[in-house]
Amino acid sequence: MYCCPTVRLFAAFVAMGFRRWSTYRLATAAGAFTNTVFGLIKASITVATVGAAGGTLAGYDAVTGATYAWVVQALVAPVNVFHWSELAQRVRDGDVAVDLARPVDPQFAYLASFLGRGAYQFLPRALPPLLTGALTTGLALPLAPLPYLLGAVSVLLAVALSFACWWIVNLTAFWVVELRGLITLYVVAMSVLSGLIIPVHWFPGWLATVADLTPFPSLLQAPVDVIMGRVEGTEALGVLAVQAGWLLGMLLLGRLVFARGAAKLVVQGG
Amino acid sequence: MRAYRVLLGSRMRSQTAYRRSFAFDILGSVGIGVVEFAEVYIIFTNVDVLGELDFAAAALLFALANVGFSVADMVVGHVDRLPAYLREGTLDAFLLRPLPVLAQLITSDISLRRLGRTGVATAVFAVALPLNDIVWTPATVTLVVVAPVTAAAIFAALFVCAAAIQFWLVEGGEFANAFTYGGAYASEYPASIYSLPMRLLFSFVVPAAFAAYLPLLVLLDLPGPAGLPQWLGWCTPLAAAVIWAVALAGWRAGLRHYTGAGS
Repeated sequence: MYCCPTVRLFAAFVAMGFRRWSTYRLATAAGAFTNTVFGLIKASITVATVGAAGGTLAGYDAVTGATYAWVVQALVAPVNVFHWSELAQRVRDGDVAVDLARPVDPQFAYLASFLGRGAYQFLPRALPPLLTGALTTGLALPLAPLPYLLGAVSVLLAVALSFACWWIVNLTAFWVVELRGLITLYVVAMSVLSGLIIPVHWFPGWLATVADLTPFPSLLQAPVDVIMGRVEGTEALGVLAVQAGWLLGMLLLGRLVFARGAAKLVVQGG
Repeated sequence: MRAYRVLLGSRMRSQTAYRRSFAFDILGSVGIGVVEFAEVYIIFTNVDVLGELDFAAAALLFALANVGFSVADMVVGHVDRLPAYLREGTLDAFLLRPLPVLAQLITSDISLRRLGRTGVATAVFAVALPLNDIVWTPATVTLVVVAPVTAAAIFAALFVCAAAIQFWLVEGGEFANAFTYGGAYASEYPASIYSLPMRLLFSFVVPAAFAAYLPLLVLLDLPGPAGLPQWLGWCTPLAAAVIWAVALAGWRAGLRHYTGAGS
């Protein structure tokens, strides 16, 4: 009995997030165009690198290397790796007090609307780069349905994990006024370690170890590996488990930090 | 001129007023430079040569492109905030003052934090330059001095082109990112790795290859891929002049198209 209203509330927030972002059609088209142009550049770089390495590099050949670049470009917008500072702005201008007064847990509500945004952006932002990839370099995607089913779960986990990480970054607004530098540092770390620019499998050993100690590979490298069928069967389930582990850990850490911040805020507000 | 000096001075003081925030900003900017170079480094841990360039040559290419782009980004990069000015109506205030609107917009926010990225690119430049086998003549010395300046001019013009388009697109401003940031990204890699149509697009429509790759061909005396003969490297100032002419014409047309925010 308790579960149903919670699920319905969550679904309502997801739908609201979807509707909110579906208003900005021109911005969506512009974003998809930019993702596609960057995809062309990145695919050229991966194909040239694989070629220079003698035709295969860490299990990627020219086509799978290009596919890697295109699938990453397709996921960049739904996973929302580049920017989310909604909560930080609300902390700064005090609107977070309204969020605290609501009878809904803020992390729960923001997670739902973040997922709604991702759901809206999934097709319009993912299809143009994938189609361009199919027409220019060709795509090497599996023919069986299972990688896509597991891939869908993996993408969902990645979107939620992206939220959980952004949530913690945003919460520093309780202690620091200007977040721009910190957000830049986060994006900098994410863009190398997630596999956004180069597959993590191409890293020299020490850097791969550093990446594995962070949640970032779970944002892009993991879902791309699952969708492309690079990891299959129990190995794929292992990847999903790692993603789920990071998600739970980051969400819990986010709750702790939020509680600390909110307590401080109440003190300040009298 | 004095008006600009006063404006710029006030901006610089305001940016450095909050020391810790400024330190974080600089650190973030250094981080961007390091990450961009890390990409080149990771590629060269796997291969010896990319698009006929070895690591030293690729590092020099990266440095030339990045010094140019980061300086352009610092001086005019903030003009891509134009949609916000359009929506909020703050551009109207600029129109009332007896100074050119573009000059006011440029001096409104010289972003000192972006010096961090310039610093990383300059360091890579200083290390990579002696590692390359360059025949030093008066001509090549001139080119190596002029190239970063023209690169900055080319990227700055691309930013102004992008801002001009915003007068029509407002919400679709990200279209322009494909050519400003996309052009900068494309210019960090040898143009020989791109397919012919892409290579021509990023040379003769968006003149990104003129910023670093073409001057590098001259410096290293490399023949250059199809469509990009080496002698084009000497035409870099011409490319910068042409793209600035396009940018200023576009900006004037955009400003004429603008009808005010009703404030």
